[in-house]
Amino acid sequence: MRRRRNRNFIPSRILLAVMILICIILLFTSYVSNFTSGPIHTIANYLFVPMQKGIDYIGNTVFLNSEESKTKEALLAENEELKSKVNDLTNQINTMQLQQNELEELQSIYQLDHSYGNYEKTGARVIAKSTSNWFNTFTINKGSADGIEKDMNVLAGSGLVGIVTDVGTHYAVVRSIIDDTSSVSGMVISTGDNCIVSGSLKDMTNDNMILFGNLEDTQGAVNPGDSVVTSNISDKYLPGLLIGYVTQITDDDNHLTKSGKISPVADFKHLQDVLVITTKKEVGDVGSEASD
Amino acid sequence: MEVKPLIRKIVIIALTIVAAYLLQTAVFSHLVLANVTPNILIIVTSAFGFMRGRKDGMFVGFFCGILLDLASGTLFGLYALVYMLIGYLNGLFEKLFYGDDIKLPILLIGISDFLYSIIIYIIFFLVKGRFDILFYLKSIILPEIVYTILVSIVLYFILYRLNIFIDKPDKRSRSKFV
Repeated sequence: MRRRRNRNFIPSRILLAVMILICIILLFTSYVSNFTSGPIHTIANYLFVPMQKGIDYIGNTVFLNSEESKTKEALLAENEELKSKVNDLTNQINTMQLQQNELEELQSIYQLDHSYGNYEKTGARVIAKSTSNWFNTFTINKGSADGIEKDMNVLAGSGLVGIVTDVGTHYAVVRSIIDDTSSVSGMVISTGDNCIVSGSLKDMTNDNMILFGNLEDTQGAVNPGDSVVTSNISDKYLPGLLIGYVTQITDDDNHLTKSGKISPVADFKHLQDVLVITTKKEVGDVGSEASD
Repeated sequence: MEVKPLIRKIVIIALTIVAAYLLQTAVFSHLVLANVTPNILIIVTSAFGFMRGRKDGMFVGFFCGILLDLASGTLFGLYALVYMLIGYLNGLFEKLFYGDDIKLPILLIGISDFLYSIIIYIIFFLVKGRFDILFYLKSIILPEIVYTILVSIVLYFILYRLNIFIDKPDKRSRSKFV
């Protein structure tokens, strides 16, 4: 009875089979050709992104206000803390300045001119957070129309946040480095040793850490507190971007490599404004141009 | 006569999906509780599944999944597949469904969310050698289910009214305006 009422020209079981097939075809094409969604992007551009921007704007005003209502004591304490930090940093800058001058001199002698950190950046706003609790991706309000391309690096404050994985005309999807599927080739500044930095949902939820491994530190010179930056052999990340600081280091079972935890610099809990580096890493054509 | 209600149904359901998607990605991302956000789209998929049957559940799930695929930037079509199956499975319970009783809907939504979480865990985490299922259960899956169920208690009644509105537009609008 009920079935007849439901305009039942195709049995739902067959319809299910057809739809599963469509999904599998979608999966397969996206796996093989790196195709992600193509024409549906247009819908997202004109339908969702403006609405998400609007809602995000309202949300931010509401939630920023709750942030603004800190007590006077808390603000004073914070002010005090920040002042001492400013002093520290000023001192640090002075010494750095001297070292920088020296470095420039030496570089000019050697005719080297690597300028780490002087990449062109453009600011963007986070308009939607990850779609599930399992992944750490977010959407920003700039896309190909603003010069964003796939594989561009994203920073927040002074730390690396992630990489652009998908671009629409007016939005882009960023996968953060704390995502469980993310891995970055890193380097410990103090010793120049390379390692692999990978996100971990478990360690992120437990104590806000990400993992590193494959560190070949034969002298045992890497200590907790050392900074880890993106390495120069990474094929998608620009060299010299600060990832975080080593907090814990242990020997692997093979006694050749080490692994441990890194505390990331960027504040992933409160991401609002990010910087997208519009320079892309150029590695010749070793399979980097997989996208269409 | 046949086409008009169909278009009407599609428009209403499409708007619902869009609203749910925006709720999930833009509104509830500000309202994180115990490190998790609720899964609004699973509520919509599941609810339309057991309220309207297998076919409708399937299509609602498919489009919810497509939206998530768009925003996640990983393998395209995976969420569509998972949500579609969940919508279909919920459709099997259509016969057991009696409107105002909230126990079955809550149970089904909870189970759907659990199923979804387990599938995601297996596909993305277990295969990578993350065997600590208890941890994921404790810190992500269960909190998400609890939060989702809490939200669904409110959301379900809205969806239920909406479902009645889809089927009997005339009666409702008449009672409203007279």
